Amino acid sequence: MAEVRQVPEASFTSYYGRPILKPAKWREPHLPAYLFLGEMSGAAAVLAAIASASGQRGLARAGRLAAVAGAAGGAGFLTAELGRPERFLNMLRVAKPTSPMSVGAWLLAAHSGLVSVAAASDLTGVMPGVGEAAGRAAAVTGPLLATYPGVLLANTAVPAWHSAYRELPMLFAGGAMTAAGAAALAITRPGPDGPPGTGPAQRVALLGAVLESAAGFAIERLIGPEGEPYRQGDGGRMLRVARAMTLAGAGAALTARRSRAGAITAAALLTGGGLAAKFAVLRAGVASASDPKYVVAQQRATPGGARP
Amino acid sequence: MGNRLFGPLADVAADAGYTEPPRRMGFFTDTSVCIGCKACEVACKEWNALPEPDAGMMALTGMSYDNTVELGANSWRHVAFIEQERPVPAPAGNGNGHAGAGAGAQRWLMASDVCKHCTHAACLDVCPTGALVRTEFGSVVVQSDVCNGCAYCVSACPFGVIDRREDDGRAWKCTLCYDRLRGGLEPACAKACPTDSIQFGPLDELREAAAVRLADLHASGETGARLYGHDPSDGIGGAGAFFLLLDEPEIYGLPPDPVVTTRDLPAMWRWAGAAAAVMVAGIGMAFAGRSARPGG
Repeated sequence: MAEVRQVPEASFTSYYGRPILKPAKWREPHLPAYLFLGEMSGAAAVLAAIASASGQRGLARAGRLAAVAGAAGGAGFLTAELGRPERFLNMLRVAKPTSPMSVGAWLLAAHSGLVSVAAASDLTGVMPGVGEAAGRAAAVTGPLLATYPGVLLANTAVPAWHSAYRELPMLFAGGAMTAAGAAALAITRPGPDGPPGTGPAQRVALLGAVLESAAGFAIERLIGPEGEPYRQGDGGRMLRVARAMTLAGAGAALTARRSRAGAITAAALLTGGGLAAKFAVLRAGVASASDPKYVVAQQRATPGGARP
Repeated sequence: MGNRLFGPLADVAADAGYTEPPRRMGFFTDTSVCIGCKACEVACKEWNALPEPDAGMMALTGMSYDNTVELGANSWRHVAFIEQERPVPAPAGNGNGHAGAGAGAQRWLMASDVCKHCTHAACLDVCPTGALVRTEFGSVVVQSDVCNGCAYCVSACPFGVIDRREDDGRAWKCTLCYDRLRGGLEPACAKACPTDSIQFGPLDELREAAAVRLADLHASGETGARLYGHDPSDGIGGAGAFFLLLDEPEIYGLPPDPVVTTRDLPAMWRWAGAAAAVMVAGIGMAFAGRSARPGG
């Protein structure tokens, strides 16, 4: 086990043990569900575009359907998260590069439109050229939609999130691949000679599981004292559940080309693991904002705010 | 227009786009003369018509005389009470020596906290609707008719000041009494403060007065006195509302060395871009070489 610097408890004082920061208002299941669905949509759009370009029509359609479902569901959870959901469109009255949420709102709006056009065209056969172009454009918005949530969370005063600004986008990139691969495994129907497209879907899921697990490990062990909430308490428990499900899902995915049951099992486990990882990130963030020791120790250890 | 995200900024209102703005106004809260009367809390509630706390009826907390507990959506001034068992120096001359010298003497710290109106305000930077704005006085204000309650500001504030009101779903905080300022009046809390612990005025004048007061306190033996939030080269570019404290900031529930989160935003976007590229490469690799084979 890597050597980890612990928060020095003895030198720490506070105002009656009260938190310095306000805990995030973002709730379960809204925020984790939004993060999961958004990243899934992003990676599914890329998967669909490449599948379409390489002539794998079934896989392309599966990716497009997953992308639409993820974008629509994600937008729903994001809106429900607002204190004033009827003012959702106020997000689009400005474009602010200093606000990752503003960037994300525009990305989500653009991406939702593109994947909807691509999927509608694919299903109806109307204007295939326009659908194909929209699908390719969604392969540009998709990767950004999948990884911007790392910036969304890190660009806060929450110690466990801000300190992980290098690793969080990679966690979401890996999670996106896992989720999109899982969705494609579940949707792609087997053909007589085995399911065409299952191979790439399986490999996307496996690569994603490796990336997601590695990024999770880095956040837990490498970012310093602020990684503690990812190892302990609710956040730590949830991250261990996530890792177990993701790795079990990766194992099941190895059987996905032989067995439909294996593919469905893999998709369920990988989806559960990806969702659990998002719950873990939210809970670790809330824990780190609720305990003043993380705020004080970090700022005392690094005057001027340099990262340790 | 350097230092838009971090570092000293000479004219914050001009940087926000105002032409010939008035002088930057702010608070200097000198906690060494605070008597804990909470007139600031009451005056703020009264003027701004703030409702009771979200938790409902206020409870007795056992935290000395502090039953307000923290700044929040409905509490824009908060008086902290800290009781310390420690030797208190008997000051020479007319200091604030209310307690006798010697071991075991009680020292009672009181401090009226408020929104810092940061030069680099994270809440304002991250607000996705433009509801949070910089005023011509250099203060930071939420436009409640625009806020959609996304709560990003709540997690971005390094002081835990701004919060969302549960029943109405929008974010609220101190406005530096923007309405009173527009009418040529000082903020309600400063008006009500009976000891001038809360001083309101042009920020540069307040900084000069604070330096003089600090030197006086040091000369009278109050060596623990220090200014907090006064320095334009600190992590938030200096606060529009700064303080004179008698002990470590965290004793008062203040972060010791806060840094605006957006300082690291360019680096964050680069890491997100790199992760996006890794994702595209990974998905591409999954297709590479084997896509032509039937059955995957």
